Amino acid sequence: MNFFDNDLTTIHHQLVTKELTSYDLTQQTLAALKETDQQIGAFLTLNEEQALAAAKAVDEEGIDPDNLLAGIPIAIKDNIMTKGLRTTAASKILANFTPVYDATVMKKIYANDMIVIGKTNMDEFAMGGSTENSAFKITKNPWDTTKVPGGSSGGSAAAVAAGMVPFALGSDTGGSIRQPASFTGVVGMKPTYGRISRWGLIAFGSSLDQIGPFARNIKDNAALLNILVGKDEHDGTSVDGYPADFTANLTAGVKGMRIGLPKEYLGAGVQKEVKQAILAAADKYRELGATVDEVSLPHSKYGVAAYYIISSSEASSNLQRFDGIRYGVRSKDARNLNDVYVRSRTEGFGPEVKRRIMLGMYSLSAGYYDAYFKKATQVRTLMQQDFTNIFKDHDLILGPVAPTTAYGIGEDSDDPLTMYAGDVLSVPVNMAGLPGLSLPAGFASGLPIGMQLIGKPFAEATLYQAGYAFEQATDFHQQTPTLGGK
Amino acid sequence: MAISKEQVEHVANLARLSFNDQELNQFTDQLSEITDMFNQLQVVDTKNVTPMNYVGDLDNVLRADNPAPADPKERQALLDNAPDTQDGFIKVPAIFNKGEDDGE
Repeated sequence: MNFFDNDLTTIHHQLVTKELTSYDLTQQTLAALKETDQQIGAFLTLNEEQALAAAKAVDEEGIDPDNLLAGIPIAIKDNIMTKGLRTTAASKILANFTPVYDATVMKKIYANDMIVIGKTNMDEFAMGGSTENSAFKITKNPWDTTKVPGGSSGGSAAAVAAGMVPFALGSDTGGSIRQPASFTGVVGMKPTYGRISRWGLIAFGSSLDQIGPFARNIKDNAALLNILVGKDEHDGTSVDGYPADFTANLTAGVKGMRIGLPKEYLGAGVQKEVKQAILAAADKYRELGATVDEVSLPHSKYGVAAYYIISSSEASSNLQRFDGIRYGVRSKDARNLNDVYVRSRTEGFGPEVKRRIMLGMYSLSAGYYDAYFKKATQVRTLMQQDFTNIFKDHDLILGPVAPTTAYGIGEDSDDPLTMYAGDVLSVPVNMAGLPGLSLPAGFASGLPIGMQLIGKPFAEATLYQAGYAFEQATDFHQQTPTLGGK
Repeated sequence: MAISKEQVEHVANLARLSFNDQELNQFTDQLSEITDMFNQLQVVDTKNVTPMNYVGDLDNVLRADNPAPADPKERQALLDNAPDTQDGFIKVPAIFNKGEDDGE
């Protein structure tokens, strides 16, 4: 079983008519996945026994004919708490950690009878853009196994791109859903801040983090977002009261839609083929009846600096909880209490996580707070105002997700500044708390190019509507990587 | 504004991390480069700009602090995650070495 040749609506129909059981589907998914994943390395932990038991229970209960997701496999990024299933955030410090509760999104996944296949690889604590910062393994891009899949949700993106699962969850603090979606040619949504409860997401930058869905096409992605959103008493930043049916208006088209193309998003540093693909997408939208004109996000060039100050500061505070006392790995050499903290953290965290903690501590420390942290939060206000100004007379913004297509494994991993610079087009969305959708927009030398649609707060439905119109008018999403014998 | 090795050591101590000499040198160079990049922000005019610490209009969420009975299975699962336990408690090394402060 792979999910290239088997479209979800067909599988759902087969499940409803009992032509196929969820148990068989799960078994076939696991069997194919185990083979494919030898080449890709997307999974850290498989949930084989539990998945089969859950599928059996769903079969006995009967598949809800109105729920496209019932009995369907999904992969979960390993920074989302899954009760009884090892959750590591791809860090040595959590190598042996088994959550005692489910994240709110997991409760929703289970309530909709989805089958959790396993936990996916990522950059340690979601810090990185290539999944090379995992403490456990390298994940390869299904389109070219010498390339990175992007990150930090690289395992989730690769698992969907390789046809191993039709769905995955990721998290996006500065681009960690959209950029790997772009690098692997799948659809990834970073919803508005507050749309989805962060309860049970291992915190990185709490004012920036959002969980979101991966799927192979817009319609499936929207169907999954439908079940994830809503206010949660466990997350005071989660909200309700906004339109939350993302599949209803998919076919409404883009006639009369006003699309802004920020000149900063097509400037120096953006790969030629990426720029061409975005300009072609703009033309396609004009053809479909939208207007596209140039706009400006003047403060976006400061986004990387401001983002790395704020996200690292929040991370340095959030990661203080990993101290070797209550859970996680404790250093064997600790002789006293301070030793437990210092040695456990020093042995447990990888180099990039340490770098972020140090940057954050420094930005918050006495004498530097005003120059760094406070300054960054003021620049954040200006970045948000840039978007507000554009949205006065535009419905959405179009641009690339990342300046380049996927780069080689090992190519940039020793140079933090080069890695950080790659986030320039994705971090503004998190800084302003906006929704951002990544979808396939072309290929360069066989590697996918992703385009980004950015919307007003809580306008995910508009993004899906515009994404669907583009998808129907192009065939990029129908192409699949060549893997193994396929 | 280059960062000194002493500053890096100070921040490492605040972060409860330790580095050997080679790592310390590497971090000093890298953090200096990265904070140089951060310094781009100094040219932005932020006079009278309100800092943005979170997104949207948020209110404090308060609730009564009512103790609830612990589920013994959950309690055991929590203890199972602890590196060291004894008699249903999490065990840690002595805070002081044989009654004297070891200076840290």
